[in-house]
Formats: sequence, structure tokens, C-alpha cells
Amino acid sequence: MRAAIIGATKGMGRQLARRMAERGDMIAILGRSEASLQAATTDLQIRGAAEVHPIVFDLADADGHRKGLRAIEGALGHIDAIIITAGGFDTQEGLESDLERTARILDLNYTKTVLFCEHARKSLMDQQGGGKLVVFTSVAGDKGRKTVGLYGSSKAGLSHYLDSLDARYRDAGLVTINVKPGFIRTSMTAGLPEPPFAGEPDQVAVDVLKAMEKQLPTVYTPSIWALVMLVIKHLPKFVMRKVGF
Amino acid sequence: MTRFLDPLKSDMPLHGWGGLGVHGREALGENLAEITEGKPLTRGLGRSYGDAGLPAPGDEVIAGSRMANRFLDWNPDTGVLRAEAGVSLNELRRVFLPKGWFTPVSPGTSFVTLGGMVASDVHGKGHHSAGTFGEHLTSLTMRLANGEIVTCGPDDKPDLFWATTGGMGLTGHILDVSFKMRAVPSPWIYAERKQCPNLDSLLEHLEEAAEAYPMTVGWIDCLSTGRNLGRGILMQGRWAELHETPAKYPADGGGPSVPFTFPNWALNDVTLKGFNWAYYHKEFKGFRSGVESTQTWWYPLDGIGNWSRIYGKRGFTQHQAVFPKAVGRKVIRQYVELIAMLGGSSFLCVIKDCRAEAPGTLSFPMEGISIALDFPMRADTQAIVDRLNEFVIEHGGRIYLAKDALTRREHFEAMEGERLTKFMEIRRKYDPDLTIRSRLSARLMDPEVER
Ligand SMILES: Cc1cc2nc3c(=O)[nH]c(=O)nc-3n(C[C@H](O)[C@H](O)[C@H](O)COP(=O)(O)OP(=O)(O)OC[C@H]3O[C@@H](n4cnc5c(N)ncnc54)[C@H](O)[C@@H]3O)c2cc1C
Ligand SMILES: NC(=O)c1ccc[n+]([C@@H]2O[C@H](COP(=O)([O-])OP(=O)(O)OC[C@H]3O[C@@H](n4cnc5c(N)ncnc54)[C@H](OP(=O)(O)O)[C@@H]3O)[C@@H](O)[C@H]2O)c1
Repeated sequence: MRAAIIGATKGMGRQLARRMAERGDMIAILGRSEASLQAATTDLQIRGAAEVHPIVFDLADADGHRKGLRAIEGALGHIDAIIITAGGFDTQEGLESDLERTARILDLNYTKTVLFCEHARKSLMDQQGGGKLVVFTSVAGDKGRKTVGLYGSSKAGLSHYLDSLDARYRDAGLVTINVKPGFIRTSMTAGLPEPPFAGEPDQVAVDVLKAMEKQLPTVYTPSIWALVMLVIKHLPKFVMRKVGF
Repeated sequence: MTRFLDPLKSDMPLHGWGGLGVHGREALGENLAEITEGKPLTRGLGRSYGDAGLPAPGDEVIAGSRMANRFLDWNPDTGVLRAEAGVSLNELRRVFLPKGWFTPVSPGTSFVTLGGMVASDVHGKGHHSAGTFGEHLTSLTMRLANGEIVTCGPDDKPDLFWATTGGMGLTGHILDVSFKMRAVPSPWIYAERKQCPNLDSLLEHLEEAAEAYPMTVGWIDCLSTGRNLGRGILMQGRWAELHETPAKYPADGGGPSVPFTFPNWALNDVTLKGFNWAYYHKEFKGFRSGVESTQTWWYPLDGIGNWSRIYGKRGFTQHQAVFPKAVGRKVIRQYVELIAMLGGSSFLCVIKDCRAEAPGTLSFPMEGISIALDFPMRADTQAIVDRLNEFVIEHGGRIYLAKDALTRREHFEAMEGERLTKFMEIRRKYDPDLTIRSRLSARLMDPEVER
């Protein structure tokens, strides 16, 4: 497979890139730090990637989106999948007390990600008649809750967009996959109190590769979170006001 | 502050594998050079049983290496791999076994990091043929107490290097590890298992097997006494040649998992006797041989996720001692009698012959016989450990720090003598104020101060 991953230097994106490298895929990795991209490139080559192409890229910079896509096209030729794990997070308390940071995270997770997906959609459909667009949202976007409201609302918006993209373009060849991780042990969540069912990035990587193969429109990972969210989604508002999550 | 905590508790205090927990926090991240800055200790996957990977009293935050796990350089011509200290053996196996390479030395679980393997200078079923992990290292990159980042190796600051192998993280933070991998003919092991009706038979077979097989280990039923004392199973193995093996690659085992912590009463002498009886008489009579997967051979417990939960909330500990060869079988027999008499409810009792003194300043192995047992924490556990340690001291043996939580300072000093003096000299040379420290070092070797 030939895939581009935005966010391959850390966390779930890194583990996904590794699993793909280990099966011999050709990968373009995009991120902000040249040094991290270089180290990731060596790691992926040792693991067995057919080719690794590091591309310096900032998702927050909309002016650079088109250039980033050209670089991916140049590196991979044909693109089977574009995967976006890049995103920002902070706790509800952290965001409430710093609205500038809130603005940056909402903007990155929603506006900039949607805008980049629009470029990616056009690139995949116009240049090669389709492909896969795999984007990480979150279970935090499934329901308004006490603890992850601000961050969760950006993921809810993104989710809404991705689901409509899939509804509109799947028949025309664009397969959109909305990945909803539960609590995963990455540096993003390091230091936070751990809820039950916390998962490892490697579980997520395995689940996402399976979902890509089966072309599932939505994937909860680890899969137990599908059940957890099914219950939470059906809790009435007066209960949501009482419970601590 | 110290207590045995339920490893499932969500306030996530730091704990050792046996469940010994303290309040504190791990600083985690992809960049180990960054997160180790100013920290008193680094830990890996927390598979040491006691307090080796826990902050000293008064310390709060230590570095955690497990997200720093990139491969940095690989040379298939020399077999030398350079990797960040947080790479786990499980990941190493997944990536390199299909290419025909394996770690030169492996402990009994793959959920350990390279940094932890260096710091404990681990040994495995192959100790008599392959030595310890430290003997296969070519170099280390470390952050010292003064913040400096340096390399060391057998010919580069050898005092620092050999004090670091087996030094339980007390000489500095290991950032990356270079070592020589082992080329293997297949991903399978040819293994044989023999029932041995008593200790003499087991020791005899163990000695014999070491001549013919690069990997050996014995399991003793510590609950049998009298005529059956020390009865057990000997396992011997070697890497299988390609023509002996199944055509397919061994399946990656995600085995059963222990979903919850057992109630404390679940494990008692009766259930243990049943377990040991069943294990001894398992599916075979006398002898069994065949080809098995790397995972089944090296990591039988990894297939059962969270197996430590069967010990219940009070947790457990392990005691591993090695006796010099010169003591002879009589002393080993007395030791096994002592274990049986103390009745510590050992679930696993593992016996292994070690080849030779490891070169690490404080490494565990020496030429002789090593015996490891785990037992649940109970009111009398300290007394049991004390009694075992007195026996060990009397016969010139020593204990393995990676498994220890309860050994007393005076016992440790009596076991280690000059080795400990030399280790402390090197520690102070690179860290005059002993700012790199752990709960283990505070218990066993640091100056006793009020913190
Ligand atoms: C089921 C089981 C079987 C085992 N079998 C064996 C066996 O057969 N042979 C054997 O030798 N051991 C065995 N062990 C013990 C285990 O190999 C060691 O405890 C090992 O050190 C654990 O590695 P870790 O990454 O979990 O380290 P941790 O437990 O997290 O830390 C162990 C020590 O290493 C230090 N350390 C870790 N990383 C670094 C670093 N980057 N820099 C500096 N110091 C560091 C810590 O400070 C600590 O002192 C076994 C353990 C278990 C649970
Ligand atoms: N961890 C969880 O529990 C959890 C749960 C639900 C959803 N999620 C979502 O899942 C995704 C991945 O999470 P994670 O935990 O793997 O995160 P992570 O460990 O923080 O990794 C994020 C990755 O994105 C890159 N990145 C961040 N901002 C970027 C930008 N502006 N431009 C380009 N790259 C950027 C980072 O690279 P550089 O910093 O090197 O640029 C890094 O590689 C995120 O969208 C997150 O919101 C996470």
C-alpha cells in the first residue's frame, strides 16, 4: 500500500506507520519537526518499509495545505490512503483557563483538518478516481459530557463532516473512515487519570488497518468503546449532569 | 506511604510487578533525553518485582522510557542494533524474528525494555551458553547525574559501563542501547521436557543438559516433601533447524487474560498443591519433545495477560538467590527443604544453573545454581525472606535485585561486601551527591538520611 500519514512521529500515528512499514508499505510521513521526521524515517526503514518520504508540514498552516498534497503526490505517485492523526488536546480545565489555546485547538482539530480533507478529497478523486481518507476523531465527540466539552466539540464537528463526506462520495470512489479512539496511552494523555478500558497505540494500529481493509466507515478502538459509547449516548441529560465523566 | 495496592486502581500510583506501590508519577514522552533531565531515576515497563523502579522516599517524578522506542541503526552484516532504551522485547521480536534475528539473551517475559534489561543485566534459560545481556552490548548512551550525555562501552569508560550493567539504573539514565543480535535458523525451538522424580535427579539432568543444549531450566514443585522433595520438570531446548519446523510462521499469541484481581483467599496451599500436581502430571508422562513457538518456549506467562492478579490485592514478591557451585548438592537440598518447610506457597519455583560470574560490578549471576520462587504477601513474608537470606549469606550466595522488595540492608551488605563498595565508588565518581536514586537504593545502599 502507498499511504501518507500526518502525525506519524508520535502516538497512534507512529504505531500505525510502524505496522505499515513492517508489512513493506511505501509511506510518506508529515509533521512539523524535521528532526523527529528524520528519526522516524530511520525507524520505519529498519522495520521494513519499501520507501519512506519525510515531508515537513504544519496542518495548522492552511496556506501550506496544497503544497503538502503536491509533495505527497510527488513522493508516492499513486496514493492509496491519506491518514490524519494530527490533532491537539488539553483538559477541559486547561482550555477553560486559556482561550487562546482553546482557539488554536478548535481551529486545528476542526477548521484546518476539514480544509485539508477538502484538498485531499479533490486530489484523490480528480487525479486517480478515489482512495481512502482515514481521519482520527474521538469518542469525546459522541456526546456532550462534563469532562471533555471543548475538545470534544471540535471532534464532534469533524465527525459530522466525515460522516457526510462518506455519505456523499463513497459511491464515487472516496472511502472515508472515521476513527474514534477511546482513552489511549500516548504522550497526549500522559499524566491524566486513566479510565477503565484504556488502550495501547498498537491495538489501535491493528484495528485501523483491519477497518481500512474492510472499508468500514466508522471504527471504535479498542472495540469495547463502541459498547461503552452506545450506553453513554443513551443516557438522558439529567443523568449526564450527575455523572463524573 | 508504602503499601501493596491493587494494580487496577485508577489513581495509578507507581508500582512494581509484585504490586508494591508508592505515590509518584512517571514523566512519559518520545524524547528520552528531554524527559530524563533533572530526574532521579528512569524506569521501563515496571517488570521488576519490588522497588527497583520506584522513586526514593521524598522523590515524586521519575522518567518512564516506554514511549521512547525507536530503532536507530541496524547493520545486518554485523548484527549490531542500536535502539532507544524504551524498545520492548516484544516489539523487537515482532520486527526481527521474521528477519531471522533474536535477542541474544531473554528473560522469562517479553514485556521488558532494553534499558531494564541492561539495568538488571538479565539472564535467561541460555545463561550457561550465552551469559547475561550485558555481555552482548557494544555501547550505551547515557545521561549522567550532572546532565551530560555520554557514551560508554567495554573499551570506553569501562567502569561506568560495567557498573551500569546490573546497576539497577543507579549510575544514570540509559538513553540508547547498542548490542549484537543473534542470528537464528528458524522462529521455532526444538524442546524436550522430562519429569524428574526428586531433586537429585533434577540437578543431575540439569548438569547433563547444559552440555548438550544451549537452553535449560528446571521447575521444582516446592510443596512436595520427603521422597518427592524437589521433584520437577527439566526443560531443555535449542533453536530448531529449518527442515524440522512447520512451514508456517508461528501465530502471534494473544492468549487468555486474567480479567480481574482475585480475592485474597483464592490462592492458598490447597489450590497451589492442586496446581503443582496438575503441572507436574500435566499432559505427559515422563518425557515429551517437539518443536514449539518462540513465545511458548520463552514467555509461557505472557500468554496470560495480567497473571499477577491471581495473587489478589495484597500482591506478591519473589526471591531469587544464586549459590556458588562449590557448595555442592547437599546445600541446594537443604535450601529446597527450607523452602518447603517455610511453606511460602510458591506458585513457581525455577531452578537454573549459571555459567560464570557476570562482568557487571553488581550483576547477579555467578557460577552455580540459582533458585527463584514467588509467594503472595502475607504477614510472615518478611520473616520468610529474612530466613532465606540468612541461609544465602551462610553459603556465600547472593540475591537478584530485580526480584527483591524485602531484603534488609545488613543482609545485602553481608552478601555483597567488596562488590558493593566498588559499585558505590563508581556511583560516587559519576554522581558525588547520589542524586540518581531509587526506593531500592534508599533501602539497601544509600546513606541513611531523613528526607
Ligand atoms: C514474568 C517475569 C519473568 C522474568 N524472568 C526473568 C529472567 O528469566 N531473567 C531475568 O534476568 N529477569 C527476569 N525478570 C525480571 C526482569 O527481566 C527485570 O526486572 C527487568 O529489569 C525488567 O525490565 P523493565 O523494562 O520492566 O524495567 P523496570 O522494572 O521498569 O526497571 C527495572 C530497573 O531498571 C532500571 N531501568 C529501566 N530502564 C532504565 C533506563 N532507560 N535507564 C536506567 N535505568 C533503567 C530501573 O530504574 C530499575 O532499577 C522477569 C520478570 C517477570 C515479571
Ligand atoms: N490519546 C488518546 O487518548 C486519544 C483519544 C481520542 C482521540 N485521540 C485523537 O487521536 C489523534 C492522535 O492522538 P495521539 O494520542 O496519537 O496524539 P500524539 O501522540 O500527540 O500525536 C500527535 C501527532 O500529530 C502531529 N501533529 C500535531 N499537530 C500537528 C500539526 N499542526 N501539523 C502536523 N502534525 C501535527 C504530532 O507531530 P509533531 O508534534 O512532531 O509535529 C504527532 O505526531 C488525535 O487527533 C487525538 O485528538 C486521542
